[in-house]
Amino acid sequence: MINESRRGFVGKAFGAVAAVGGVASLLAMKKTWDPLPSVMSAGFTTVDVSGLEANKLEIVVWRGKPIFLLKYSADMKPTDGRSVKIGEDYFSVMIGLCTHLGCIPAYQNEKKDFKCACHGGEFTLAGVNKFGPPPRPLDIPPFKLDGVTLVLGEEGPEYKAMMAKA
Amino acid sequence: MAEFKQADSVLEWFDQRLGVVKFAKVMMTEYWIPKNINFLWAMGVLLSVMFAILLVSGIFLLMYYKPDVNMAFDSVNYTIMQEVGYGWLFRHIHAVGASVIFLIIYIHMFTGIYYGSYKKGREMIWISGMILFMLFSAEGFSGYMLPWGQMSYWAAYVITEIFGGIPLIGGDLVVWIRGNFYVADSTLTRFFMLHVLLIPLGIIGAIVLHFYALRFPHVNNVDGEFFDFDKEAEKYMAGKHKESKVVPFWPVFLAKDFFVLGVFLVFFFYLVFFHYGFAMDPINFDKADGLKTPAHIYPEWYFLWSYEVLRGWFFPVGPLSGKDLGLLAFGFANAIFLVMPWLDRSPTVKPANQRPYFGIWFWLMIADLMVLTLFGKLPPTGPNAWVGFGASLTFLILFIALPFVTMAEAKKAKGK
Repeated sequence: MINESRRGFVGKAFGAVAAVGGVASLLAMKKTWDPLPSVMSAGFTTVDVSGLEANKLEIVVWRGKPIFLLKYSADMKPTDGRSVKIGEDYFSVMIGLCTHLGCIPAYQNEKKDFKCACHGGEFTLAGVNKFGPPPRPLDIPPFKLDGVTLVLGEEGPEYKAMMAKA
Repeated sequence: MAEFKQADSVLEWFDQRLGVVKFAKVMMTEYWIPKNINFLWAMGVLLSVMFAILLVSGIFLLMYYKPDVNMAFDSVNYTIMQEVGYGWLFRHIHAVGASVIFLIIYIHMFTGIYYGSYKKGREMIWISGMILFMLFSAEGFSGYMLPWGQMSYWAAYVITEIFGGIPLIGGDLVVWIRGNFYVADSTLTRFFMLHVLLIPLGIIGAIVLHFYALRFPHVNNVDGEFFDFDKEAEKYMAGKHKESKVVPFWPVFLAKDFFVLGVFLVFFFYLVFFHYGFAMDPINFDKADGLKTPAHIYPEWYFLWSYEVLRGWFFPVGPLSGKDLGLLAFGFANAIFLVMPWLDRSPTVKPANQRPYFGIWFWLMIADLMVLTLFGKLPPTGPNAWVGFGASLTFLILFIALPFVTMAEAKKAKGK
């Protein structure tokens, strides 16, 4: 009887130690799969937009995705809730992946719109879908304005205001 | 220590220490297989041999493959294909083998469904088999990423993106799985680990479980007949070979299996040497580029049916978007075969052609899977999208209807 209860105690004590160790190792394994600090810090892209030319598409890479930056010329009308005012000028800031199947649409600077070669989807200069299979406008990446500098990956007040409207 | 006598032969020496004679009896010469089976019962041995072929060719590829986004593509397409002696052969064996093993898995699986081999005590054989199917799917997917071509990249992108549809944690989960915000070096190295170590270990473990699960309920036969294996084995050992309903695994059953295996290997190596192109997508000979999506993204043929179930839902219903619905249907399609033994409510173990309702159900299911497979390869536009939706919906309805179909069948059988 005494032996039984001693064995039972040792069993329970081992179970407790093993459970703590098990949970701790699971946590460590989860952390090992987390994105590395260098990957996290590379998750922000900073662009100076003052040098951009109007009606010419600039593509920067943010988190492996193409980001469209388009400065409007005088005859290009801003779209409420989608065009970003930086300084005196309006810009389109959008993720350049078609919302249909993820192809990269091309900018046609004479027609001033985007056309996706894969399935014929078309978007306005502000990225609103106007023809073809795309189900919704081009996505807008989280951004923050810092004078004429655009920080992609951080949610600034301008971005939050735009999202509230959409 | 136990008493050891001087051994008279090498065999006896090993038998004293490892019990090899008893082991050979249990595993081979006194492991009983029914007589009334056909060539479809050879698929298990074919699969074991295919797994060995994939393992060996994989070991040779592993010596030259480099899991790094800058080196992977060239290590496969230049080093292995052009420099290493017979490197091309090992690559073609590995690629064709991955495709062919799925063909045999499907034959094996649908043989089990056709003959009701998942019922009445054989549930664990079926479940361990379905676990193997899932592990092989993960193995195929992770391996497809390694050559780091365009299709490797975008298949990895689309499939990891699927987890983003899980509510609340989806977005973070995708980043966690990839180890980056997009499919990157961290994704390649961890899927390399999964492909060459963790999943193969799981596969070997599941194969052991699958074989072990066969020992108690025994292999099914073409008539779904139940008989006393011990009694039939006694008859066989007493020399009444004709009268007994069973044969030993070795040498009798395997002799027939080797013939089927021989025919199969001729077919397999014909594909490897003369027809390997079907396993080598031309788009995958362009190096992965995260900024350039191929016009059409599709998986290898063996994943097309479940890919089409995922894609078939392209419009919202109520609060659920098309993407959510597709994801739910995809989850259903991948899990539903696992509970097959409980969906089939009829106690009869008979081949499908002797079961009035189940027979119809079986061929409808096969036809639906074929439609899904065909349309999974086509671009999902225009009428294709509607055929895909119809076939995807049919798949769900078939499996939801199965318990009712089989219950009606059981009632009919009782009435007779």
